[in-house]
Amino acid sequence: MKNKSVLINIAVLLAALLVPVVIKAPYHLHIIILIIIWSIIGTAWNLLGGYAGQVSFGHAAFFGLGAYSAGLLKFHFDISPWWGVLLGPIIATLVSLPIGLICFRLRGPYFALAMLSLGEIFRLLFTNLSNFTNGARGVMIMPDITSKMFYYYISLFILVLTLFTTYRIVNSKVGYYLVSIREDQDAATSLGIPTTLYKNLALLPSAFFTGMAGAFYMNYVAFIDPNIVFNLSNVSVMVILVVMLGGVATTWGPTVGAAIYIFLGELFRATLGSANVLVFGVLVCLIILFLPNGIVGEMNTLKRLVRRKKGLPGGERNEFLRG
Amino acid sequence: MSFFVARKLVKRFGGLTAVSDLSFFLEKGEILGVIGPNGSGKTTVFNLISRFFPLTSGEIFFKGTRIDQLPAHKICELGIGRTFQVVKPLKRMSVIDNVMAGAFLRTNSIGRARQKAEEITDFCALGQYKNVEAKSLPIALRKRLEIARSLATEPELLLLDETCAGLNPRESEGAIALIRRIRDAGITIIIVEHIMKVMMGISDRILAINFGSQIALGKPQEVAGHPEVIKAYLGDAHA
Ligand SMILES: Nc1ncnc2c1ncn2[C@@H]1O[C@H](COP(=O)(O)OP(=O)(O)OP(=O)(O)O)[C@@H](O)[C@H]1O
Ligand SMILES: [Mg+2]
Repeated sequence: MKNKSVLINIAVLLAALLVPVVIKAPYHLHIIILIIIWSIIGTAWNLLGGYAGQVSFGHAAFFGLGAYSAGLLKFHFDISPWWGVLLGPIIATLVSLPIGLICFRLRGPYFALAMLSLGEIFRLLFTNLSNFTNGARGVMIMPDITSKMFYYYISLFILVLTLFTTYRIVNSKVGYYLVSIREDQDAATSLGIPTTLYKNLALLPSAFFTGMAGAFYMNYVAFIDPNIVFNLSNVSVMVILVVMLGGVATTWGPTVGAAIYIFLGELFRATLGSANVLVFGVLVCLIILFLPNGIVGEMNTLKRLVRRKKGLPGGERNEFLRG
Repeated sequence: MSFFVARKLVKRFGGLTAVSDLSFFLEKGEILGVIGPNGSGKTTVFNLISRFFPLTSGEIFFKGTRIDQLPAHKICELGIGRTFQVVKPLKRMSVIDNVMAGAFLRTNSIGRARQKAEEITDFCALGQYKNVEAKSLPIALRKRLEIARSLATEPELLLLDETCAGLNPRESEGAIALIRRIRDAGITIIIVEHIMKVMMGISDRILAINFGSQIALGKPQEVAGHPEVIKAYLGDAHA
């Protein structure tokens, strides 16, 4: 059982390594790289929002900090923006630390709201501190490398690192504790779980990998401005949709969600003209309504139904959105 | 000093005094029953001991250490486990995962946590449900899961809040048998229960409270015959 899933993962990785050999068109590779970037952000968000149940409406803050770390290294110091891939995650993590320490002590939606405002605060700060950030004009770099294949492998490496790290965290004591906290914080406390500490243990890697995705994005796209990377709807909310689509609190959910989201988004933009956003929005709503556990989540449920376990009298029925 | 000592506990919620000047102690291995009408402050006492609520005033000692300033998770780590009157299962986790969540307090290894959880689910007669999601358990099994999960943290003192409430007589008997087994395993217990017969049979001593204050404390027979207790339960006319 365990060996089988290891084999499947290795097969998926090998297939992923061969992608640029098969797919050569730069546009297609570009779409795939975007999918990978969103898979990284989604996987990072999922650790905190999916497993630990601490929904963040402000992951753009970490994404943007990562992106600007890379961009400003070049802009101010003429240091290779690739160093940002190391610096960005560290800065994002450092910023997440006080947020977690303050918000996780409080019950209720404080964290979600604090994150929402954090993303907006950084957007405004980076727009207005134009001496340091070049303001709304943004930061542009001249990439040394233009081969899409190169960016593909770098992003794939970051995704594998993110997936592997979250997988290890989730399948450990920490993972059990995070899910316990999500399911019932009082029960978790009564079992001796220091809930504030463990929420922070989910937040830090979540911010870290989101920052790394941001720094890679800067290197790849070569231009950012505050409204792109600190964007509420196009980053913070989009990552939530990506994860919900694929499956909250599942290993592959964010990756599957990103693939479908980006692919359909591009498809509709190419075919539907100005109605694309509307159709896309309706479709996302429908999927979330009819597959409330996301695509990977529903597949897991299906598998469980096949290996059917008898329900017990007096228990609750499955909590589907529809009656 | 006794194994567990509560000294002059007071808890106020705004103008309401839920617990007022309550003192009691336990020796190791003892079962102390706490009785009292609805709203008399029993659950609040548990919330004070487990530090889910801070005390307004008073002191609590466990094995000679003062514990009323510690955070709730530390109380559990020191060896005081609790269950909830309104059960709080980790719904979307299986029974065995629920118990493992408790077992991780004393180990970092998944294998060892699982092994201990297996033993405890068997001990609590939950073995056959271990792969069932907690949300699909009926109330009797949910109550037992509360106990199992708490036992996995290896408590020396266990606070049981209305383990038999909502159970039919047969299920109650099962629960009482389980509580006896827990006591035989050497765990000290404070138990809250409404069914007098249960309390009389299982407690070494009983503490009766009303409006958050002690009205009687002693052997079950003494407390059951105490005029204040009869008055609290049956009204003035019977006292
Ligand atoms: N968090 C709270 N905030 C305000 N008042 C509270 C709170 N918890 C309990 N109370 C009040 O304190 C009093 C004691 O409540 P408690 O739950 O301890 O009673 P109980 O003896 O456990 O009752 P029952 O037998 O119904 O479980 C009640 O009047 C209750 O309304
Ligand atoms: Mg109560």
